[in-house]
Amino acid sequence: MSAPQPISPTFSPQKRRWQFPWVWKITVFYLLVMLAVPIAALLSRAASVGPGHFWQVATRAIALSAYEVTFVTALITALINGVFGTLIAWVLVRYSFPGKRFFDAVVDLPFALPTAVAGLTLATVYSENGWIGRLLAPWGIKIAFTRWGVAVAMLFISLPFVIRTVQPVLTEMEKDVEEAAWSLGATPGQTFWRVILPPLMPAILTGVALGFSRAVGEFGSVVIISSNTPFRDLIASVLVFQSLEQYDYEAAAIIGTVMLLVSLGILFLINLLQAWGQRYAQR
Amino acid sequence: MRSVKSSPTQEKPWLHALLIVIAIGYLALVLLIPAANVIFQAFHKGVVPFVQNLLEPDFLHAVWLTFALALVVVPLNMVFGLCAAWAIARHRFPGRTLLLSMIDLPFSISPVVAGLMLVLVYGRNGWFGSWLHALDIRVIFSFPGMVLATAFVSLPFVAREVIPVLEEIGTEQEEAAKTLGANEWQTFWRVTLPNIRWGLLYGVLLTNARAMGEFGAVAVVSGNVAGLTQTLPLFIEDAYKNYNTESAYAAAVILGLLALVTLVVKEIVERKTGIKPKL
Repeated sequence: MSAPQPISPTFSPQKRRWQFPWVWKITVFYLLVMLAVPIAALLSRAASVGPGHFWQVATRAIALSAYEVTFVTALITALINGVFGTLIAWVLVRYSFPGKRFFDAVVDLPFALPTAVAGLTLATVYSENGWIGRLLAPWGIKIAFTRWGVAVAMLFISLPFVIRTVQPVLTEMEKDVEEAAWSLGATPGQTFWRVILPPLMPAILTGVALGFSRAVGEFGSVVIISSNTPFRDLIASVLVFQSLEQYDYEAAAIIGTVMLLVSLGILFLINLLQAWGQRYAQR
Repeated sequence: MRSVKSSPTQEKPWLHALLIVIAIGYLALVLLIPAANVIFQAFHKGVVPFVQNLLEPDFLHAVWLTFALALVVVPLNMVFGLCAAWAIARHRFPGRTLLLSMIDLPFSISPVVAGLMLVLVYGRNGWFGSWLHALDIRVIFSFPGMVLATAFVSLPFVAREVIPVLEEIGTEQEEAAKTLGANEWQTFWRVTLPNIRWGLLYGVLLTNARAMGEFGAVAVVSGNVAGLTQTLPLFIEDAYKNYNTESAYAAAVILGLLALVTLVVKEIVERKTGIKPKL
């Protein structure tokens, strides 16, 4: 068969790009108004103070401690969810048990439940009189209104990411490779560490990075479960919010810029991880 | 000689059971017990106090405002998302990857920082502040600012869900429709839209859930005045901080219901079509 001839001029590929020019106008205009202008306003406000002053405000003791609480807690919780998320994904893909569909659906709850509700109920459940907090109180462990509370809120909101990135990879993974390793005499431990885990690693790390990114920016649930005390459990988002409440726009803009730059860095890392994962999948 | 081992697919049943127990235990600690607590707290004094809490004027205003916000933001982001998805999925051009990452950007920016950006643009000392003041238009601490903040945080959903679907269906059907004489609009309504409807539904669903539930960005730009610029999530936090736990939980049940509807519709679509939403 010969190649189909374009019937009308609208068919030629050169023309295609210019169909619906207003679609392009809407896309570009919306992104400019919604994203580019606000980001430019933040960066220009932060830049207007000069590098010396910027550095001084960005590295104030209260800001440094807020970064530490935010980033260290977010990283630890993302890693915990990396371990449990992989385990849950494994159980959901490989095993069958009653209620499996329910547990699978419930994993998405943190995406659907507003963060204020999450913060409220976590603060109650993990307070000294709460269902879980009551069991820990006799041991002298306080969770709500401490840094542990921040960690619980971050665990909640970053839980789905690892599960949802690992699940599709596990589903597609052929069981015969494992069986081959097994029949060649590998122990279950060796099979897990050398055969199952390596192809899952890009997906796990992508999920951890996505969860970390989400936890770093989280505000609603943390502000409710934390006591927001500087140097103890004050996170960076709350510090920005408090600066704004005190009309200290300069400090808010500077700390906000630091957070924006960190987010961009994580986004870049996630893109690298996803590219790595795709290369893995193609092999 | 090695004894015959069971194959890995029939590994030890106790390990099986242990892993399932750990998985369910973790989900219970982090998700299920807190979710059950919302319902328990709202109703543990009976239905009458619960209903009374729902009839407070500040609460009713917060419900109305939350719905009004979603009613404005969801269509806005839907139109943008469809335009952006079509532009990206149907064209190859320099800067395409950059455009894609730009659309994803709101997910990685902290909502508080998003609100701060809007204050720096539209606030009294912001870029357009004096100009808006001269025209007597209030954006920050009023409804337009809350719309902007909500639209910002829920911007990526529709485009993210529709782009993969558009790429998968390809252009053959659209081109066939055009050969048969359909114009652009007819092609969109009769061919493209029916093909992308599930992806679009996902996107709209997630946009709506985020729009109704957004806290940080709206808290920054709204001023959080009860009965005036207070949405349901802000109402919850305000009631909780004022030790009015019962009305906080009454409102939490309403938002929890929204989450439940979102999850159920998502599950139905997933069973019907087999597609999973993009993260």
